Amino acid sequence: MSQAATGEVSPQATAEPLLRATDIRQHFPVRRGFFKPNAYVKAVNGVSFDLMEGETFGLVGESGCGKSTLGRTLLRLIEPTDGACYYRNKNIFETSQAEFGKYRRELQMVFQDPYSSLNPKMRVGSILEEAMAIHGIGSRRERTDRVIDLLETVGLSSEHYFRFPHEFSGGQRQRINLARALSLTPKVVVCDETVSALDVSIQAQVLNLMKRIRKEFNLSYLFISHDLGVVKYISDRIGVMYLGNLVEVATAEELFEAPKHPYTQALISALPKTNPRVEKQRIKLTGEVPSPLDPPSGCCFHTRCPHAMDICRKVVPEPRTISGTHKTACHLYEESV
Amino acid sequence: MTDTTQTPKELKAAENRLKREQRSLMIRRFMANRLAVCGLGLTVVICLIAFLGPLITQHEPLKVNPIDRLKPPSREHWMGTDNFGRDIYVRVLYGTRASLLIGFSVALLSSVIGVTIGLYSAYFKPLDHLLMRITDGLMAFPAILLAISVIAVFGPTTQNVILTLVVVYTPLIARVVRSNALVVKEQPYIEALHALGSSTTRIIWRHIFPNTVSSLIVQASFVFAVSIITEAMLSFLGVGIPAPHPSLGNILYDGKNVITSAWWMTVFPGAIIIGIVLGQNILGDGLRDFLDPHTNKAVSKR
Repeated sequence: MSQAATGEVSPQATAEPLLRATDIRQHFPVRRGFFKPNAYVKAVNGVSFDLMEGETFGLVGESGCGKSTLGRTLLRLIEPTDGACYYRNKNIFETSQAEFGKYRRELQMVFQDPYSSLNPKMRVGSILEEAMAIHGIGSRRERTDRVIDLLETVGLSSEHYFRFPHEFSGGQRQRINLARALSLTPKVVVCDETVSALDVSIQAQVLNLMKRIRKEFNLSYLFISHDLGVVKYISDRIGVMYLGNLVEVATAEELFEAPKHPYTQALISALPKTNPRVEKQRIKLTGEVPSPLDPPSGCCFHTRCPHAMDICRKVVPEPRTISGTHKTACHLYEESV
Repeated sequence: MTDTTQTPKELKAAENRLKREQRSLMIRRFMANRLAVCGLGLTVVICLIAFLGPLITQHEPLKVNPIDRLKPPSREHWMGTDNFGRDIYVRVLYGTRASLLIGFSVALLSSVIGVTIGLYSAYFKPLDHLLMRITDGLMAFPAILLAISVIAVFGPTTQNVILTLVVVYTPLIARVVRSNALVVKEQPYIEALHALGSSTTRIIWRHIFPNTVSSLIVQASFVFAVSIITEAMLSFLGVGIPAPHPSLGNILYDGKNVITSAWWMTVFPGAIIIGIVLGQNILGDGLRDFLDPHTNKAVSKR
């Protein structure tokens, strides 16, 4: 079954998760030839996690590990191959597209590229009103009023209403993207590399804005990024993905203080030292990430793992709880259960 | 900005002001584009001549006058007379009208159909295979041959000529629109619309279509010019506008036998055809530069 860690345990263990993803798989067929059977790129290969209300769940991993695909799959921008996603205890993967339209209001997304995610031929006001028009919210005047409110909420002003997207900087556009997502008063916002196209000082501004908005609108974020620093700054809990699998889930402090999975350890050891006097052991991984077309048997990380054992090559590790909020999928922690 | 709270009324006023400004800016930008202005000027002049010209003469396009056969241009007959003694000037103008009507109808109809086909086949993959194979098939035929065979079946009337030319030139427009739409469809802002829960119709017509308009206009002006040439060819071959009614093509055909003795029967309709097509092509190139500033200038390409 799943070789992924589940993050079912949360700070408030009693609360129901707002969004529960179980064993999500997203496989893309690749045609190899007329007579050969299709191969499958296993972009997401059985990922399960919980998103609590008001929480930010960070998702880190290197390029191509399937984190963006996972985000898109959750919002059904790509139809999932397998798995279930429960939003308020309703499996949104089983609803029809028409029925899913209702959930779209509550599940929104902010995209990676601030330059191409806004229609260049439309004014910012129309772009923002579009979302509400689609769902038939309010009259035209009400929508205009709301858009102006939203522009102010995200740190822009009403004078920006008539501008075109190309008149804005990357950071401002990302604010517009955020405003568009907010215009439908969502509950969950999937942020797909939202700040990675911005430079560092602007990243901080946008991140602070997002933190503020989360409180104001009582949102939950699924924050996808490859930048460990950014994820550490904004997330309550962090999931680490490798080759389509979630290998470790922990609270932000736990993950950075005491990473358990060898991959996470390597990732965190690669962070630049903030204090030059502290001696730090760098873990250097050798080799390349295996192709998701043909993932390794057993543990997906065994080809590069410094602690690989025989069992790793044969048996898929089950996610294990290390401590209350810390889970990892690794055979090294077999005994510690 | 000091005042950040604007009432909807102020906003409306601001929007109108902005629209006005934008319009005047667009006109100025268009006027700066000499190519487009020349093409538009030529087209407008020919249209004016075609529709106002017949008013200042007494002659009828179908009136036969055997005594005045093959008269050279004179004060009475500005462009001379043909082999039935009909006034060439009036006939050329009526023929131009017919040509413009056909060109316009074909450009309009094939744009409407071509845009629909192009947009939907770009958006729906299975439909794409079907529709694009059909357009491939249509494009494989030489336009004239296809047109002749269709008219041979349905008979030579003006409507049939228009319908035939629409069939022949719709694929050209569908192709261009489709290739543009395919690019736009993959843009993240289209995916963002999916995430917002937008309907397919809305995405196609409100978001993909506006991004294909510039190349559509250029292609439509090309279709306009080409269908006028094709109509003249069809009429010349005797399968276009039926005989007694004037068309640039059949005036040329009538003039063919007397080309050595009565040059005026060939020169004037020929000049008008050149004028219309030249005007349309220049306008098309100019519009391309105007609407799509990122591509290379049409002039520098030559």
